[in-house]
Amino acid sequence: MAVTYFTEDHEWLRVEDGIATVGITDHAQDQLGDLVFVQLPQVGQSLAKGDAVVVVESVKAASDVYAPVDGEVTEVNEAVVSDPALVNSSATADGWLWKMKLSDSNQLTGLLDEAGYKAIIG
Amino acid sequence: MQNKGIFPFTDRHIGPSLQGSRSMLAALNVPSLETLISQAVPKSIRLERPLDIPEAVNEAEALTLLWAKMSQNKTHKSFIGQGYHGTHVPAVIQRNLFENPAWYTAYTPYQSEISQGRLELLFHFQTLVAELTGLPVASASLLDEATAVAEAVGSAYRHHREKRTRIVFAADVHPQILDVVRTRAEPLGMSINGGTIDAQVAAIIVPWPDTFGVYGDHSIAIEQAKAAGALVIAVADPLSLTITAPPASLGADIAAGSMQRFGVPIGYGGPHAAYLAVTDALTRLIPGRLVGQSMDSKGRPGYRLALQTREQHIRRDKATSNICTAQALLANMAVSFAIWHGPQGLRAIAARVHGQAVRMAAGLEAAGVGLVGKRFFDTLTVNVPGKADAIAAVAQRDRRLVRVIDQDRLGLTFDETTTEADLHALAALFGAMLPDDTGTRLPSERPADGFMTQAVFHQQRSETEMMRFLRRLADKDLALDRAMIPLGSCTMKLNAAAEMLPVSWQSVANIHPFAPPDHALGYKSLTDDLESWLAEITGFDAVSLQPNAGSQGEYAGLLAIRRYHFDRGEAHRDICLIPESAHGTNPASAHMAGMRVVVVACEEEGDIDLDDLKAKAELHGANLAALMITYPSTHGVFEEGVKDICAMIHAHGGQVYFDGANLNALVGLARPGDIGADVCHMNLHKTFCIPHGGGGPGVGPIGVKKHLAAFLPGHVELNSAHAVSAAPFGSASILPITWMYIRMMGASGLKQATEMAILNANYIADRLKDHYPVLFTGRNGRVAHECIIDTRVLKESAGISVEDIAKRLIDYGFHAPTMSWPIPGTLMIEPTESESKREIDRFCDAMVAIAGEAARVMSGVWPKDDNPLVNAPHPADDVLSDDWSHPYSRSEASLPAGSSDENPKYWPPVSRIDNVAGDRNLVCSCPPMQAYR
Repeated sequence: MAVTYFTEDHEWLRVEDGIATVGITDHAQDQLGDLVFVQLPQVGQSLAKGDAVVVVESVKAASDVYAPVDGEVTEVNEAVVSDPALVNSSATADGWLWKMKLSDSNQLTGLLDEAGYKAIIG
Repeated sequence: MQNKGIFPFTDRHIGPSLQGSRSMLAALNVPSLETLISQAVPKSIRLERPLDIPEAVNEAEALTLLWAKMSQNKTHKSFIGQGYHGTHVPAVIQRNLFENPAWYTAYTPYQSEISQGRLELLFHFQTLVAELTGLPVASASLLDEATAVAEAVGSAYRHHREKRTRIVFAADVHPQILDVVRTRAEPLGMSINGGTIDAQVAAIIVPWPDTFGVYGDHSIAIEQAKAAGALVIAVADPLSLTITAPPASLGADIAAGSMQRFGVPIGYGGPHAAYLAVTDALTRLIPGRLVGQSMDSKGRPGYRLALQTREQHIRRDKATSNICTAQALLANMAVSFAIWHGPQGLRAIAARVHGQAVRMAAGLEAAGVGLVGKRFFDTLTVNVPGKADAIAAVAQRDRRLVRVIDQDRLGLTFDETTTEADLHALAALFGAMLPDDTGTRLPSERPADGFMTQAVFHQQRSETEMMRFLRRLADKDLALDRAMIPLGSCTMKLNAAAEMLPVSWQSVANIHPFAPPDHALGYKSLTDDLESWLAEITGFDAVSLQPNAGSQGEYAGLLAIRRYHFDRGEAHRDICLIPESAHGTNPASAHMAGMRVVVVACEEEGDIDLDDLKAKAELHGANLAALMITYPSTHGVFEEGVKDICAMIHAHGGQVYFDGANLNALVGLARPGDIGADVCHMNLHKTFCIPHGGGGPGVGPIGVKKHLAAFLPGHVELNSAHAVSAAPFGSASILPITWMYIRMMGASGLKQATEMAILNANYIADRLKDHYPVLFTGRNGRVAHECIIDTRVLKESAGISVEDIAKRLIDYGFHAPTMSWPIPGTLMIEPTESESKREIDRFCDAMVAIAGEAARVMSGVWPKDDNPLVNAPHPADDVLSDDWSHPYSRSEASLPAGSSDENPKYWPPVSRIDNVAGDRNLVCSCPPMQAYR
């Protein structure tokens, strides 16, 4: 069964069978405004927690999206490259950014659940 | 000290009359200007004596003095080349663009709706560069050729995610380019060598042609670079590209060079526009300004600055560069030259220049004189064993300068201004005769009809058409010649005509930066004056005039600090503390200078959080390199504790860098050097009257204390290194503007200007405070030379954003103040001393009226999604349309303040530009005609 986690950096990750799908939260896309560009990592790239993996840009801001946990990129969502607006319209579903194979599922315990994240963004 | 002469310039420069300033003081309820200044400026930093600079002279006297001074320059005809070429500035461009305040007093085109004219011309510039180089994406110009190549190297470095650290030169570039690239590469840990091309090489640099004028065969190096994944950077002469194959066909990923010879005077080294073009894949790595095409709210085409998120003001230390400005005025001159001549005209110039070089080569060869290389465009390197100086001396007797490369080699470069008489005289130096016509020696030929097919390069052949073309574009824009530009932090003061006149003088414009020193005695005297005056004004011991923009000044200043620490054996000091309120260039410059940025928090009032600063200075004490601080702060306040801050940094072994963006609030009242700064840059294009040119040129000298003087930028032509600009004195030809300003103002005039700037800002703050909250005032409720008003309350109550207010100001005939900086949702207003009370009142009236309009939205008179604010600005086409269905009238839309002979209506050419569409579908050059077929 898939479990969804959140980070203080406004990312969500949905974990199923050791694979995490990662994106930015609806709150994050709302703060950034209309996205115009997304730069994705390469499949096979190994990530350490805290690495800047993706750049998302609106006309007024550019933000890094960080690796929430260690792992390796298994898939990227090319659809958001050709249509960055997908992240705005569907941040937590069709607008996902990359999938990664987890190196250490114990790292998940340090992440937030939905209630915890909502408490942070108020 | 007050100048008692007739027609004092101070009265012309300063806007408010005596009566106007009295009534502003009365409104502020202070008895005198001195009282206001003592309330605004902390006593602890005040300079208690007059500045020691010459007493003011009036306009006519100053022009006479400067004329005599600059007449000491010898304007021999230059055949030196080396990146600087003689050119005829077409008179139609000289008068209608270069010397036209509608063009030179405009600001950088952030507010696109009032900048369509210069954005369109810059867009044509990008198209021109794309056509010449064959690369699809060109920027809106860079500062000079050497920094453009350095920026290209930076792009390659970032392309390889800062992992590849070697640069290989395929042949020799001009020495000044190598020098600047070296300066830039060292702090990044990059090395420059000619070794093997492997996976450690970020880029190879292919000079096209090289500094000796020779086109080498670099095909193997290019092939190796491609195989190793290194980028290929071509440094190409744009005139040659009209008759030879473009860099893209060589395999170049990036091309860079100088557009100077497209009708921009040499001017002792600058300012000129450099170009940079890249492949599509590298678009987001491109530094500096990029103009993109988008559309307005009604679907009409419109231009805007695109992909700004790459830039320092948003991306800070992760930006593609610290570059802020471009060389807009010079880029616009260059593209106008191309529009005026068209591709046929440019090819004719190029072919003539090449023909001259070929005939000279044939003549020299026939006379048994050896040449370097076989393929060339306009430059010959002549072998003259042991005789270079002697031959150059003979040439000088006839008022001609040739390039002495070393004792055995001379360089001869021909250009648009070279005459038949010149050729014969030069040939005679070598005992040669000139043959008539001997074909070409180009490396490749370019077909005549394959480039610059866009209509704009073909429609302006008659001078009537050209004059109207430039007028049509200028009319779209709002510059200082129409209205106040109250941009906070930008200091849009008067650029007086008398200050501008000398820039066009032959003695200023027509001298090569590498002319022998005794040919530039006028410039020597000018720069000596300026260095000593600026040192006195800022309280420093030495000044470098070389940096040709504020960002370059920051960079040069941080490099001086870095080299100082190295020199003391403290190379490990690499932490740069920067307050979070700092201008984005600060962290971008620090990153380029090899420093690690640590951000210091600010308090709610905008002051630096002293506890956080103390904690971070202690934590990083052993590695502390510098603190960068803006004073008065970016929030427009004179912080009380600034001296303590400087002392704290010094106690930890760090240096204090002052960002001089706000120097207009200090001149004559306080000096950064006295406050405790070790280095400070000055923006001559803000405080000292050099016009903004619609987005450049700028000049950013730095002043330093004695212990840093040895680490100021040098120059290869002065037998020293660490240059940050191509020319020893950067943008030398616009330094007379600042000389004239200081000479005409004198010590008391400069101080008076500062006081009036502070009075004007406080008057605005007072007039607007009942309508908008005024943020960040000092202890006595006073602001410095600018004020920040908060519009966020309107967003919450009426859905009116700060952008709506900015765009609505256009309908009232104003350029908006600085928007959302340093605080999102606010406007920062800086009137400068040059605006009269009448103009300031007109602006305040508009701001008050806009608050009233917002109130009508709030009370429901106008809907939140259809009112004059959210729909602003209103172009004539829309208001005059038969179709008008808004709940407000046409006159409410477009004549909200009425119209009069005194304040004629400014009509924006477009409605609100769609930023999102422009960045999602980037169009940054006009497609060729074939695309329409």
